[in-house]
Amino acid sequence: MILISLLLIILLLLGAPALAVIPAPEGFLALDTPNDAGKSLSLVWKASPADRAGRSVQVWMATSPTTPFKKVAEFPSNTRYVKPGDFPWWAQPAAKGDHYVKLGSSQTFPIEDGIPYFVKLLVREGDQEVWSEVAEATPAPNLFNTAQINNLVFVVAFTGVLLASIAAARRNPHVHLRRIAGLDAVEEAIGRSTEMGRPILYLTGSGGMDEVSTIAATVILGEVAKKVAHYDTSLKVPHRDPIVMAVCQEIVKEAYVAAGRPDAYKEDANFFITSDQFSYTAAVDGIMLREKPAANFFMGSYFAESLLLTETGAGTGAIQIAGTDSDHQLPFFVTTCDYTLIGEELYAASAYLSREPVLVGTLRGQDFGKAFIMGVLVIGTLLATIGVGLHSDTFDYALDLFKDFK
Amino acid sequence: MIFLKRQLPLIITFVMGVAFAVQYYIPHPVSEEAITRVSKWMQIISGFALALGLTSLFHVHAVKVKRRVPGWGYSVILYLAMLATVVVGLFWSKGETRVDGAQTAFGWIYDYTMVPLQATMFSILAFFIASAAYRAFRARSREAGVLLVAAVIVMMGRVPLGQFLLPWSWDIAQWLLNVINSAVRRAILIGVSMGAVALSLKIILGYERAYLGGGSDQ
Repeated sequence: MILISLLLIILLLLGAPALAVIPAPEGFLALDTPNDAGKSLSLVWKASPADRAGRSVQVWMATSPTTPFKKVAEFPSNTRYVKPGDFPWWAQPAAKGDHYVKLGSSQTFPIEDGIPYFVKLLVREGDQEVWSEVAEATPAPNLFNTAQINNLVFVVAFTGVLLASIAAARRNPHVHLRRIAGLDAVEEAIGRSTEMGRPILYLTGSGGMDEVSTIAATVILGEVAKKVAHYDTSLKVPHRDPIVMAVCQEIVKEAYVAAGRPDAYKEDANFFITSDQFSYTAAVDGIMLREKPAANFFMGSYFAESLLLTETGAGTGAIQIAGTDSDHQLPFFVTTCDYTLIGEELYAASAYLSREPVLVGTLRGQDFGKAFIMGVLVIGTLLATIGVGLHSDTFDYALDLFKDFK
Repeated sequence: MIFLKRQLPLIITFVMGVAFAVQYYIPHPVSEEAITRVSKWMQIISGFALALGLTSLFHVHAVKVKRRVPGWGYSVILYLAMLATVVVGLFWSKGETRVDGAQTAFGWIYDYTMVPLQATMFSILAFFIASAAYRAFRARSREAGVLLVAAVIVMMGRVPLGQFLLPWSWDIAQWLLNVINSAVRRAILIGVSMGAVALSLKIILGYERAYLGGGSDQ
């Protein structure tokens, strides 16, 4: 009798995991997905030590607690956790390590804003299953993405620094500017063209007026055109975008007026070739080879055509000045051009050439911004490294402030 | 007139600049709808602007033909090619490159003239890269010497024969690309981003007006 009892106890102990009852999801909540455009719900529940691959979780939804529920999702119970970096600490719908599932509108179960939905979970393993309680939530679109509040704070702060720098530059206009060889060479290039009696070729890149680099290129064109008008040299600006062409026509015309040479302005200095990348390249290469400009300017954004243009220009012996923010094309420009404005130097060109205090002041503001970023990089790297060494997520609170959350 | 030419564009720039900077932080569908609608406006404006481009193109080549400048014959060929493509596209091909799976005359022109010409231009790039690389790798200075050594290691590490001859080249090439190259690239990108934000703010706030013509002092 004693032996049988012992045997039963041993069997019970050995079979306990198989016979154990599946725990119901703890702390199950349904909520409107935060910081979204609506038509979605988020589900949150606590992680359990019993979560494993063989145990599945099904999500069932209905528009009323009395209507039949419909299965909308299924996944293993040891998935869909909140991972570090998913949400900032000030806008996280669930704690790190909890389960989080976002349900979007689908053909299986359309979700509309303003309508309450009822959700429950079914946890099952083999023949066993357990239902959670029913949770209710109403989806709605949000007016502000709180996960991006750090981004907004930095933009406002940077704007404040720029305005303060402009105000400081107005009070004290003698701001030192680092020498940019490429911009100093503009005068030399135009002078050389004048001496040789050859035209100057100016390209504004492949972007439209919605690109900052194209705007920078058109601004530099204004300064170049003033000098060209002063020296009475010929200027040729072939275009890929008709809108950029129209803007450049106005800029060049005004530059000639500002230089006191409106009579020297030629309407066809700016002309349209084609929007097609390689047709444009072939046409500009043809201009370089036939008319042999003494100076070529390549400002703005470029793609595969950059080397085709600059190598042809180098072959004609022209002095070449490039300026681009297309980092992937920089090696080609550096290799084939006499001077290259790298990245931000392109944007600084208008301030450098005009020396206007208001514009120069913004360069100082940019420098403050860069100093701040460098400080954050050093401190952030240190904190992240210490955090990994100590297996601690304490520093995540500081690091989250500098992350970009969508 | 001054209001239309100066103040109105600045007001529009300020309002649209602020509106679409704020739009980035608003996930509401109204915000998404606004940016979609403005994108469509831009497409429509671009369509009308094409007329400006065509006018410029016709004018430039008409002057060349009229004055019989050297190479004026090419301008005549441009007119003929444009006319032929437009006529074939509108009257024989319904503006489509394929109708019911069959290639149209317009599609033939595109596939057998435009595409080969584009491919020819693009393929020239290989030769230009070789000549530019030759010029860059001439070790005239210490910097060019460093560039030459780094380039040789990366080239050896990226091709099977190089890896066979110098088995360590792959690791060093990866290190050069992932550490040195990425660090410099990110530094440039940070500078570019700061510059782009600063220039955008200058334009939105009306400090930078040179793009309207007439310089920044107006």
